[in-house]
Amino acid sequence: MIETPYPIVETSERRLPSRRGMNALAAIATFAALIVLASIVLVPIFATALGGFKELGELRASLLGLPHHWVWRNYWDILAGARYWRVLGNSLIIALLTVALTLALSSMAAFAFAHLKFFGDRFLLSYLLLGLLFPAATAILPLFIKIRDLGLLDSYWGVVLPQVAFSLAMAILLLRNAFRELPSELLDAAMMDGCGYFGYFFFITLPLSGPILSTVAVISFVASWNGYLLPLVVLDSESRYPWTLGLMAYQGQYSTSWQLVLAFITLTILPAILMFLFAQRYIVAGLTAGAVKS
Amino acid sequence: MSANGWAVVLVFLPPALLLFTVFVALPMAEAGWYGFYNWNGYGRPDRFIALKNYQYIFENPTFGRALVNNGLVIAVSLLIELPLALAVALAVAGRIAGAVAFRMIFFLPYVLADVGAGLIWRYMFDGDYGLAAAIAGGLGLQPVYLLASKDWAFTAVLIVVVWKYFGFYMMLYVAGLQSIDKTLLEAAKMDGAGPIQRFRHITLPLLGPMIRLSIFFSVVGSLQLFDVIVPLTGGGPFDTTHTMVSFLYYFGITRMRVGFGSAVGVVLFFICVTFAFGYRRAFMRDD
Repeated sequence: MIETPYPIVETSERRLPSRRGMNALAAIATFAALIVLASIVLVPIFATALGGFKELGELRASLLGLPHHWVWRNYWDILAGARYWRVLGNSLIIALLTVALTLALSSMAAFAFAHLKFFGDRFLLSYLLLGLLFPAATAILPLFIKIRDLGLLDSYWGVVLPQVAFSLAMAILLLRNAFRELPSELLDAAMMDGCGYFGYFFFITLPLSGPILSTVAVISFVASWNGYLLPLVVLDSESRYPWTLGLMAYQGQYSTSWQLVLAFITLTILPAILMFLFAQRYIVAGLTAGAVKS
Repeated sequence: MSANGWAVVLVFLPPALLLFTVFVALPMAEAGWYGFYNWNGYGRPDRFIALKNYQYIFENPTFGRALVNNGLVIAVSLLIELPLALAVALAVAGRIAGAVAFRMIFFLPYVLADVGAGLIWRYMFDGDYGLAAAIAGGLGLQPVYLLASKDWAFTAVLIVVVWKYFGFYMMLYVAGLQSIDKTLLEAAKMDGAGPIQRFRHITLPLLGPMIRLSIFFSVVGSLQLFDVIVPLTGGGPFDTTHTMVSFLYYFGITRMRVGFGSAVGVVLFFICVTFAFGYRRAFMRDD
């Protein structure tokens, strides 16, 4: 509560003696509602993680009850097998390649758009920003044909390159705005010292743009890590499946054994949850900035 | 411009332009082209059928149902998801106990991949094992198989959509609320404005740009809903739970009907672009 010297508040509080009580009541009701909502959000996740420790028969009997005896085998067998690590590894390779390429290509293009005026610059920028207007799914069939004709079907690059292409628009927009906000005296001074645009880009712009670069990295990493449609269309061999496809394949194979599927779900979403817990500030800032700053 | 400047343009721009052209712009243009052909993807498209593909699309009852479903997702997003997100944001933007923890919990489902969330809820809705079974068992009812019911399966999908996405919009609203100048609210309070008046005349107008933005993103997101459909229903039962993109996937891609699928993509493209331009022109001019 903020103390205020104005008497008008004092009198109104005195005239309505129940207001403070009402406020306390409202706060308690709000808190209770939040607890209920939070349980609705968490119950499915907890039930899934818990279900992985149960026998199939026990799954039938109770949703949130603790297992009678903890069946560690469900988790252990997955962790000891190659399949789980392979799908996570594939996802990681694809996501890291996507992030690295997105950062490289978009920061270079954004730099040119931010500092250089040339014939057609506005036209080229609008052309790239067209990518923001429609979802990747609209052109997925011709994209499939293109990837096939380029000989990239069933390869990491067949997933990575289109993912980069689709994340460029947002990345260039965010980076160009950030690059332009750097003080222009820096550029003038660098030019005066004969540093040139390339030097300015590598030694001044990039080192000063850590936060916005990490925002772009978060956006493209999460999009790639969670991606489903593109790898589904491009990849054939299970040995190259990222975890999203691997999870669906596992579910298809063990669809009658929920306890195994639940353990597999839990283990595959675990990296995302851990990343979120440890880097929540960056992830929340990154994912919301993508929406707000465009 | 100096030679150095031109060198930058010639080195820095082409990679991005090339990648964008090859994997985004060209496929979109080709979708418009292939859409006029009956083509299975091999050889060159040569069986020109003009607008037949579009006729097939709009005569297809499953596509009609998919359009309705996308409409339902939009309606639920605007009428339930966003208001819920706003209400929660108002509660957790302030100094209530555990505010940060609540925000993180509500945001968590957004971080999970759609297929993961979809499978988790497939378990929840499973009449033999999950939450549905627990509730039916508790009430002494017969098991209910929501996802196998023609009438209820899409409602189940809608529940998952709200569960997964409301936290993201809540976070947007929290960011918006925190940027509102507190002294305005204090001043109004001293002038005797009640909480509802303060919300109506100060918070809501100042949150306007964020609300318009969130409506934009939730409509565009609703139009491209796909990932969550596959693990939950795969479009079934009886093709009642398709969205436009899942229709495109199951009827175009898996059957390699490239012309037909491209035409579906073009329809989706026009809906998205029309909405994007119309909405921005009408509501987001000043933002």
